[in-house]
Amino acid sequence: MGRYVIRRLLQMIPVFVGTTFLIFAMVYALGDPVAAMFGDRAPDPATLARIRAELNLDKPLLQQYLLYMGGIFTGDFGQAFNGQQVTELMGEAFPVTARLTMIAVGIEIVLGITLGLFSGLRRGRLVDTLTLISTLVVISIPVFVIGYLAQYFLAVEWQLVKPSVSSAATFDELIVPAFVLAGLSLAYVTRLTRASVAENLRADYMRTAVAKGLPRRRVIGVHLLRNSLIPVVTFIGTDIGALMGGAIVTERIFNVHGVGYQLYQGLVRGNSPTVVGFVTILVLVFLLANLLVDLLYAVLDPRIRYA
Amino acid sequence: MTTVEKKSEGRVPAPRPEGEDGGPLLEVRDLHVEFHTRDGVAKAVNGVSYSVGAGETLAVLGESGSGKSVTAQAIMGILDMPPGRIPRGEVLFRGRDMLKMSAEERRRIRGRKIAMIFQDALSSLNPVLSVGYQLGEMFRVHEGLSRKEARAKAIELMDRVRIPAAKERVGDYPHQFSGGMRQRIMIAMALALEPDLIIADEPTTALDVTVQAQVMDLLAELQREFNMGLILITHDLGVVADVADKIAVMYAGRIVETAPVRELYGSPAHPYTRGLLDSIPRLDRKGQELYAIKGLPPNLLKVPTGCPFNPRCPQAQDICRTDIPVLHDVAPGRGSACHFWKETIGD
Repeated sequence: MGRYVIRRLLQMIPVFVGTTFLIFAMVYALGDPVAAMFGDRAPDPATLARIRAELNLDKPLLQQYLLYMGGIFTGDFGQAFNGQQVTELMGEAFPVTARLTMIAVGIEIVLGITLGLFSGLRRGRLVDTLTLISTLVVISIPVFVIGYLAQYFLAVEWQLVKPSVSSAATFDELIVPAFVLAGLSLAYVTRLTRASVAENLRADYMRTAVAKGLPRRRVIGVHLLRNSLIPVVTFIGTDIGALMGGAIVTERIFNVHGVGYQLYQGLVRGNSPTVVGFVTILVLVFLLANLLVDLLYAVLDPRIRYA
Repeated sequence: MTTVEKKSEGRVPAPRPEGEDGGPLLEVRDLHVEFHTRDGVAKAVNGVSYSVGAGETLAVLGESGSGKSVTAQAIMGILDMPPGRIPRGEVLFRGRDMLKMSAEERRRIRGRKIAMIFQDALSSLNPVLSVGYQLGEMFRVHEGLSRKEARAKAIELMDRVRIPAAKERVGDYPHQFSGGMRQRIMIAMALALEPDLIIADEPTTALDVTVQAQVMDLLAELQREFNMGLILITHDLGVVADVADKIAVMYAGRIVETAPVRELYGSPAHPYTRGLLDSIPRLDRKGQELYAIKGLPPNLLKVPTGCPFNPRCPQAQDICRTDIPVLHDVAPGRGSACHFWKETIGD
């Protein structure tokens, strides 16, 4: 296991370099960030050249990339155009998004697995049909529609919550956004659990468990669930990585100042240090989440052995 | 209905009556099982009666689809209902009808009093739980033992079924064992609480021939040691000969012949049994074509009228196509559901 982890960590290096370079090159191709800094005003060529040189923008792409990477490893992600350190922005955005993701994943786990288990156990019955239909609806509707509908009814019409999240982004403020963010994955987790439960229900070892005279709650809680949740756990693990970076729409709707919000701002304003910095961290989060999922897989399913 | 299944007075009595009313350990009476499917009602078991006493081995022989496994599942109470249904019959365990018991009462009997061994140990054991956990679970659930005590018991059981290095292997998972060792674990699990009766559903079918004999010997030995009743379900006549006391041959959900082992092998009283015996490869007929019963077992959705075996029977007459034969008393402890059993046995 230890050797496997080391090998996987080493494999992450080329992936990390490749993705960050790609992003770096793409943002570079977007246009001149220094010109974007000045907006509509035409800058003085000497100032332009000075700022370019400060930001290493006068050097070839590869060298720029290497200098940037060197900076990252000493904790220097550069500055946003307003002079704020990118790391400072990260320090504000990541805790908010992490909180939002945690609540969303919690919803997925509790609600998704419960619903999936019940509908899987009662396949073809009313509970199952209702679950299938409602999850299909959630999957079919784009997230911004659900987001705006939730905001309109819960905040504006019935005034149960505030329409936008304050900069503190407290736990209870984030519940509604988390539901919107979790919606799609929640539907997938439910369906995945349902299918997995229904399939494992027919397995031979389930018959053995009943023949052993085990009580029903043990047959289901231990023998069935332990097997059925393997694919679900894998899905949720990967989803954590996706939710951490993919909350752009939800964060915009509810004015959550998290990673998605900062990324959006960075892209719109051509603020390349912010974009590259955030994406670099997201790539790392994603890679680590995937590694964790793979390791968890081996713990859950002993048939998988890492050599 | 032109016939009524005979009750069990024609059976071999149990060597040591164990039931509360002095009857056999387990007695199945006129059991019917049907499955409701989209295409109709499949009558999988049609009036099966048999009994087993303590220390006795009953072999239930038949092709796939003959209803031998379904009967066993009905006894265990592990039939999927629906689609399965038991419209008629009794399953008396120590004189009490289990079909009338509450679900909880039946659960307490399962595993503790009546245990079952399945065919494919790899798929029948839970792949993600260690064998020690799965063995220990019997003690934890039925006897309230702690995790640690249950583990010690599991090691003891693994020793008992002669799994080498039991102490080191107790934490291993099913896929880490060989086929024979896995089946030993299944046997150990069935044996855990020293039940009165074990139902073994094709326990050696999935194993290599050399391992088959070892596993069968082990099972027979443990059965003697604990004086358990054993219902051995198989389609393998070779397995049966050495270990069984009596045999019930099933065809299309009915018992067509029942007899003590020697007599059945010596002089079968039903053409189907004769066909089965003739299709065993024999050294003295080397080079000759192997005998096979012509045709296929009937579709349970449309069983032929009369004797269900009639389309495949070399001796079938007109009466076979109209009347279902009763289980005739051939000799004490022997029965044959053939209109022409006298002719068959005399051949």
